[in-house]
Amino acid sequence: MTDVTQPPGAAATLRRWWQRTSRPAEAAKRVQFDRPLLPWLFLMPQLAVIFVFFYWPSVQAITSSFYLEDPFGFGASFVGLDNYRDALGSAEYRRIAGFTALFTALVTALSLGLGLLFAVKADKVIRGRSTYRTALISVYAVAPPVAGLMGMMLFDQHIGPFVTLAAKFGWTMQVGINYWDTAFAMILVSVWKQVPYNFIFFLSGLQGIPASVREAAVIDCKNGFTRFRTAILPLLAPTAFFLLIINITYALFDTFAVIDVMVKDKPANNPITLVYKVYNDGFRGNDIGGSAAQSVILMVVVLVLTLVQFRWLERRVHYG
Amino acid sequence: MASIDISNVSKTYPGASAPSVSDINLSIRDGEFIVLVGPSGCGKSTLLRMVAGLEDITGGEVHIGDRLVNRVDPADRDIAMVFQNYALYPHMTVRENMAYGLKNRRTPATEIESRVAEAARMLELGPYLDRKPRALSGGQRQRVAMGRAVVRQPAAFLFDEPLSNLDAKLRVSMRGEIRRLQKRLGTTSLYVTHDQLEAMTLADRLVVLNAGRIEQVGAPLDIYHNPASTFVASFIGSPAMNLIDAEIRGSSLHIGATEVPLGSMQAAQGPVTAGIRAEDLQVTGHGLPFRVDFVEELGAQRLVHGHVEGQPLTLALTPDAALHDAFHLSIRPGALHLFDTRSGRRLPQPESGVFASRVLA
Ligand SMILES: Nc1ncnc2c1ncn2[C@@H]1O[C@H](COP(=O)(O)OP(=O)(O)OP(=O)(O)O)[C@@H](O)[C@H]1O
Ligand SMILES: [Mg+2]
Repeated sequence: MTDVTQPPGAAATLRRWWQRTSRPAEAAKRVQFDRPLLPWLFLMPQLAVIFVFFYWPSVQAITSSFYLEDPFGFGASFVGLDNYRDALGSAEYRRIAGFTALFTALVTALSLGLGLLFAVKADKVIRGRSTYRTALISVYAVAPPVAGLMGMMLFDQHIGPFVTLAAKFGWTMQVGINYWDTAFAMILVSVWKQVPYNFIFFLSGLQGIPASVREAAVIDCKNGFTRFRTAILPLLAPTAFFLLIINITYALFDTFAVIDVMVKDKPANNPITLVYKVYNDGFRGNDIGGSAAQSVILMVVVLVLTLVQFRWLERRVHYG
Repeated sequence: MASIDISNVSKTYPGASAPSVSDINLSIRDGEFIVLVGPSGCGKSTLLRMVAGLEDITGGEVHIGDRLVNRVDPADRDIAMVFQNYALYPHMTVRENMAYGLKNRRTPATEIESRVAEAARMLELGPYLDRKPRALSGGQRQRVAMGRAVVRQPAAFLFDEPLSNLDAKLRVSMRGEIRRLQKRLGTTSLYVTHDQLEAMTLADRLVVLNAGRIEQVGAPLDIYHNPASTFVASFIGSPAMNLIDAEIRGSSLHIGATEVPLGSMQAAQGPVTAGIRAEDLQVTGHGLPFRVDFVEELGAQRLVHGHVEGQPLTLALTPDAALHDAFHLSIRPGALHLFDTRSGRRLPQPESGVFASRVLA
C-alpha cells in the first residue's frame, strides 16, 4: 500500500506545489466556525454558479471529447482518444496552433507594452489629467463585436482610412482576403481593445507607488530611464504578472468576437485562432466530439500556462 | 560638507493664490544642525524640498557650498534626504537600498561595499543587510533610511519629520542616535519637525516658521528664554507659555484688578500681552488670585489649570506641593515677558526684580 501522505508521481509533485503556495495564506487568515456546515452554506451560491457555468460544461466537454456524435443527434459512439489523435495529427490544426501562439504572443506583448507606455505618460501629466485618462479608458467600454465592426470599417477595402493610409506607403491592404493583412488587422484591433484595460491597471499600479519612494529615487538616480527600470518597474511587477495572465487568456479566448467579425463569410484562407476553430468545427462543421477534444486541449494548455506562471513568476514579483 | 545659503526664497504653488513660503533668508554654516519647526502647513517641508530640488524655487536663490543650485538636478545637489515614511525601495534588500545611490553614481564596487559595511556597523544594521524592508520594524526601517543617506557622504542631510511614524520611546532613542551620528560625521543638516521637544534637543539653531515666514532664528535656549513673539512663545516650551491680557501704567502691570509692580518706569505703556511660563509662577501668601479648575498629574510635576482675573492660566507645581482651590501667585524675578498686544512682537523687557503683587482694593 502506498503512503497516503506521499502519493507517487505527478500527483505528489502537484500536491507538494499546492501545499507550498497555499500555506502562508492559510495561516494568515483562518476564521473559526462552531458548526462545520455553516461555511459551506455561505459558499453555496458561489459554488452553484461555478458548478453550473464552469464544472458542468467542462465535464460535458471532456465526456463529449471521447465520443463521435452523430451529426443529426442520433446517439454517439465511444471512440476513445481518436478525437485527440485526429486533432493533433492534422496539419491544419498545427498550423492554426502556430498562428494562435504568434497571435497570443504579439497581442499580449503589444497590449502590455502600450498600456504601460500610456500609463507612464498619463502618470506624468498633471494638467488635463482626467480628460486624458477618460479618453484612454473609454475604449474599454466598447463591446468586442462592436470593436470588431469598427475595426472592419477602419480596414474596409473602399472606405477604410487605414487602407487609404497604407496605400500611401504603397501597401495594398486586403483584409479578409490576404492572410497576413487580415492577421495584421486582427492583431491591431485586439490590441486596441485591450490596451485600456492594461492602462487602468498600470496607472493605478504607478499611483500606488508612494511619492516619497519616487523622490528618493530622483535623488539617488539621475538618469530617468535607469531610474524607471531599476526603481519603478520592479514595483509594477505584481501588476504586470496579473495582467500577463489576463492578457494571455484574453488573446486566446476573448478575441473571438473580433476574429469572427473579420473572417466570417470570407474566403477560407484567413487566419483564425484555436478557439475560433473549436467554434467552427463544433457549430459549423457539427463535429461535436472533435470540437470538444480541441477545447479540452485548449483548457489544458491554459491550465499549464497559468500553473507555470504562478510557479515561476509569482514568487519573484511580490514584495508586500 | 558645505554651507547652505538660502536668500529671499519664495514658493507659490501653481494655482495657489498666496505663497506657501515667502522671502526666507537663512545661512547655514558648514556642519551646523538646523531644525525647522512650526505648526502644520507653515511651509517647512516646502522649504526643505526646495533645498532638495524636489520643488521648483519660485523666487530667490539657494546655494549649497558656493554653487547656485536653483537649476541643478536633485541627484547632482550632493544632498541626501530622509523621509517620514522611510521611502525604502521595497524590492531591494537593505544592502541594495543603501548601495543604490552609490551604484548610480558609478562608485567602485569595493568602495560601495566598505561604505555600506561602515554604515551598517554604525547603525547596527549588520544582521539585516540581506532582508527586504518589509521584514523590518519601523525603527529598523528608519535606520536603513539613515544608512542610505550616510553612505552617500553628502554635503548635507535633509530630514523631513523622520521620526513622526515611530512610537514615543523609539522616537527618543532615535533622536539621540541622529544627534550622535550628525556630531560624529559633522555633516550639515536641515531637519524638519513639528515636535518642539525634538526641535529643542536636536538643534544647534532653531528656525521657527509661521505661515511661510521665519518668526525667529536662534539657539534653542535663546528662543526659549527670549521668544520674539507671542507665536514663538506659545509654540516653544511645554506646557505653552501663559499669555495674559494686561496693561502697563507707569511702573506697574495691571492684570484685571491686580497690580504687579515692575520696579521702574516702563517704556511701553498701555495694553500689553504678558507672557509667563508655568514654571515661573510661585505660590505665595499674597499676589495674583488664582482659582483652580483641574489638575494634570505628569509624575515629575503637576500642572494646575485655572483662572486669574477671568483669564486661563497654567501653573507647574512639584508633586509634593499642597493643593487648594485657590492660590496666590507671584512671578519669578526676570521671568515676565511682555509682548505688543496687536503685533505680538516682543517689547523691551522690564528690569529683573521681584514682582510681588498687591490686590487693589
Ligand atoms: N503640491 C502642493 N500644491 C499646492 N499647495 C501645496 C502643495 N504642497 C503644499 N502646499 C501648501 O503649502 C503650504 C505648506 O505646506 P508644507 O507641506 O510645506 O507644510 P509643512 O509645514 O511641511 O506641514 P506639515 O507639518 O503638516 O508637514 C500648505 O498650506 C499646503 O497646503
Ligand atoms: Mg511637512
